[in-house]
Amino acid sequence: MDMPIYAEITLVVNGTGHRLSVDTRASLLDVLREDLGLTGSKKGCDHGQCGACTVLLDGRRANGCLALAVAHDGAEVVTVEGLAKDGRLSPLQEAFIEHDAFQCGYCTPGQLCSATGMLDEAEQGWPSAVTGDLGADTVLDDEEIRERMSGNLCRCGAYAGIVAAVRQAAQRREAAGT
Amino acid sequence: MTDRVEGREKVTGQAKYAFEYPAEDVAYAAAVQASVGKGEVAAVDTEAALRLPGVLAVLFWENAPKLGEVSDGELALFQSPKVSYRGQFVAAVVGETLETAREAARLLHIEYTEETPDVRLRADHPGLYKPAKVNPVFPADTEQGEPEDAFRDSAVRVDVTYTTPAEHNNPMEPHTTLAQWNDDGTLTLYDSNQGASTVQATVAKLFGLDPAQVRVVSPHVGGGFGSKGTPRPNVVLAAMAARAVGRPVKFAVPRQQMFATTGYRTPTIQRLRLGADEDGRLNAIVHEVFEQTSTVREFAEQTATPTRVMYQAPHRRTSHRLVRLDVPSPSWMRAPGETPGMYALESAMDELAIAAGIDPIELRVRNDTDREPESGLPFSSRNLVACLREGADRFGWAGRDPAPGVRREGRKLIGTGVAASTYPAYMPPNKATARAEPDGTFTVRIAAADIGTGARTALTLIAAEALKADLDQVRVEIGDSSFPKASVAGGSGGTAGWGTAVVRACEALRGMLNGSVPPEGLEASADTAEEIRAREKYARHAFGAQFAEVEVDADTGEVRVRRMLGVFAAGRIINPKTARSQFIGGMTMGIGMALMEESVMDAEFGGYLNRDLAQYHVPACADVRDIDATWVEESDPHLNPMGSKGIGEIGLVGAAAAVGNAVHHATGVRVRDLPITPARLLDDF
Repeated sequence: MDMPIYAEITLVVNGTGHRLSVDTRASLLDVLREDLGLTGSKKGCDHGQCGACTVLLDGRRANGCLALAVAHDGAEVVTVEGLAKDGRLSPLQEAFIEHDAFQCGYCTPGQLCSATGMLDEAEQGWPSAVTGDLGADTVLDDEEIRERMSGNLCRCGAYAGIVAAVRQAAQRREAAGT
Repeated sequence: MTDRVEGREKVTGQAKYAFEYPAEDVAYAAAVQASVGKGEVAAVDTEAALRLPGVLAVLFWENAPKLGEVSDGELALFQSPKVSYRGQFVAAVVGETLETAREAARLLHIEYTEETPDVRLRADHPGLYKPAKVNPVFPADTEQGEPEDAFRDSAVRVDVTYTTPAEHNNPMEPHTTLAQWNDDGTLTLYDSNQGASTVQATVAKLFGLDPAQVRVVSPHVGGGFGSKGTPRPNVVLAAMAARAVGRPVKFAVPRQQMFATTGYRTPTIQRLRLGADEDGRLNAIVHEVFEQTSTVREFAEQTATPTRVMYQAPHRRTSHRLVRLDVPSPSWMRAPGETPGMYALESAMDELAIAAGIDPIELRVRNDTDREPESGLPFSSRNLVACLREGADRFGWAGRDPAPGVRREGRKLIGTGVAASTYPAYMPPNKATARAEPDGTFTVRIAAADIGTGARTALTLIAAEALKADLDQVRVEIGDSSFPKASVAGGSGGTAGWGTAVVRACEALRGMLNGSVPPEGLEASADTAEEIRAREKYARHAFGAQFAEVEVDADTGEVRVRRMLGVFAAGRIINPKTARSQFIGGMTMGIGMALMEESVMDAEFGGYLNRDLAQYHVPACADVRDIDATWVEESDPHLNPMGSKGIGEIGLVGAAAAVGNAVHHATGVRVRDLPITPARLLDDF
């Protein structure tokens, strides 16, 4: 019987570099949770169907359970633990509390990372399935937000709060011109 | 409008769930499911698995430790070679890493002797029987008057059969346990459950321990919806595996395995007969229910019980028939009984409204009652009519054209529907302690669970009010079996049951305070068992009204819920912010029930086929558009010191009927088999 195969990789997680020896079968999600103790990213289905494991991988949202860690040597990863800066919550995190955009909290880290990535995508003009005019600037109305956040399931049914929170963060971001 | 007290922990990823506690030298378990629908494990070839480096143990019926007897046969893990249903856990592997455990589970070679499973529920199954009671302690059958004759003699009659499919709870956090045996023989469990005290008592019995030797820690739980209300095989497997390898062991049930091993709502077949006079006054109600249980454990869903509560009628009969099939054991799923039962009753009421030519709201108003029809008890409060009226105003019901299938916007057919909601106001006995700390703060402890309900926040508000203290002076600690014994987060009885114990402990503490607090603090405790036994007899229920507007694509049959409004009467609402989320969350699950949720049984081989979230659809963000919930003021002195009724489940009750009734109004097609998929709808277009 073959021994497990390990590979040396480097990951920069929330700004900190880690030199790791990973089982080549290990998902990025399991490496974050089990090897690095960053348990904010959640495992809901382990099959890329629920979005609870969403992280920012080299700046784009990705399902950590579908990413093999060994395939991301050198990657920069931001998890929910990296969204607050110096103890100050991000506008999205604040808006999630204000609008009660979660109940059990298990999908919340994925929702927050997904929304963080989504706001960047919209700002860069990426269209979604419900975007009418592909040439126009993206306007994040509720329909766009709902469509773009549909990769993150919430069984508690906090979608109404999630949409309100993302809308508020998007509007404040636009008002701030960032 | 109080924010969740653990909100910051949850948005920063600091809230720890069961799998996430650090444990030195932890090992990982993976489980193997039966690949036959019925039979016996004939042989387990462990050689290939055990040769894999990093594999620590294989457990199956021949080598598993003997467990103590408990009432739930699903917890008798690896106690015999018998396979009772496809997907049952038959073996487990423990490995150094997640990857190794999973690989080893794949390498276990299991041979079976196989029998043909009997898995299909039908109303003429020869094995149907009358259960001794239905969940939790209701009679299986009830009868008043001469319902058959009265129905036959009624001027307006509806005789229809509805079916609801098996549905799976699917909390986002899988059922998870980290088990650790300590040097003194005690067992510590970090576990995902709806009641630490229950898990403690059950695990102690299984492993021959005193309950004091088992500690269950569960401060944060990623949803449950009933499926974590009873201990599941994960806690047994983790504890057994940890003992076998002498190390802490973690096990989270993979999503696919949850569909066989962590409970679900039984499918139902329900025949409803409503007989009324020409003015719509009900004369006879007959509600006959057929549903399944397993051969491992009897669970009899109380589907017809809301029909005993809702409407006046001199003649009434309700019945439940059960059949033991070779299927996983059904169990609690959010509002068991009320959810499927009210889907059928409230759909039938819509059909009766049409048959009698009466507005569906007016029909319900005409059949309102101030006494619980079967028991004759007065309601402690009943504001169904107020909810219907308030909802009609807010939703814009006035002037609705009842004609079905006539409103068209391009390709879309538009319709609106209404349905009533109800849920009992339970209040289970509990214990709690309240402490005054020398620094002027207070600590309240109770082994309650916050599975996303907002319980921690509601209890903090309740304690602060009872102590006449500021919110930030009060810390409520829950989710630990070492705290005073508490009932499960179930039956929407948490706030009432836990809250009363908290109030009484806080009141007792205030009685002890006389200015200064000694250095060791002051502590008072409460037990509400006696208080609850001494309560006056009333019928205590919450009520509500749900409204839905749908659009149906006339070409594809796709249904979209455009708007949904729920209005509830549930006593005093403790925290409007989290309460609104609870109601809306239930209504959202109702959209899933109406339009997408369905677990499909493999009729030939057994086992649920669509066992993941790509095949078992729950509502996604895009499915939930304009949704809102509100409530009417309700003051009820017969409930508890808070004046509250439970709110965790009623949001789901009636929601699917409101959507289904709206689909009929839009299209003229009455789909009586949930979910209302395009295939079912187009069939009758």
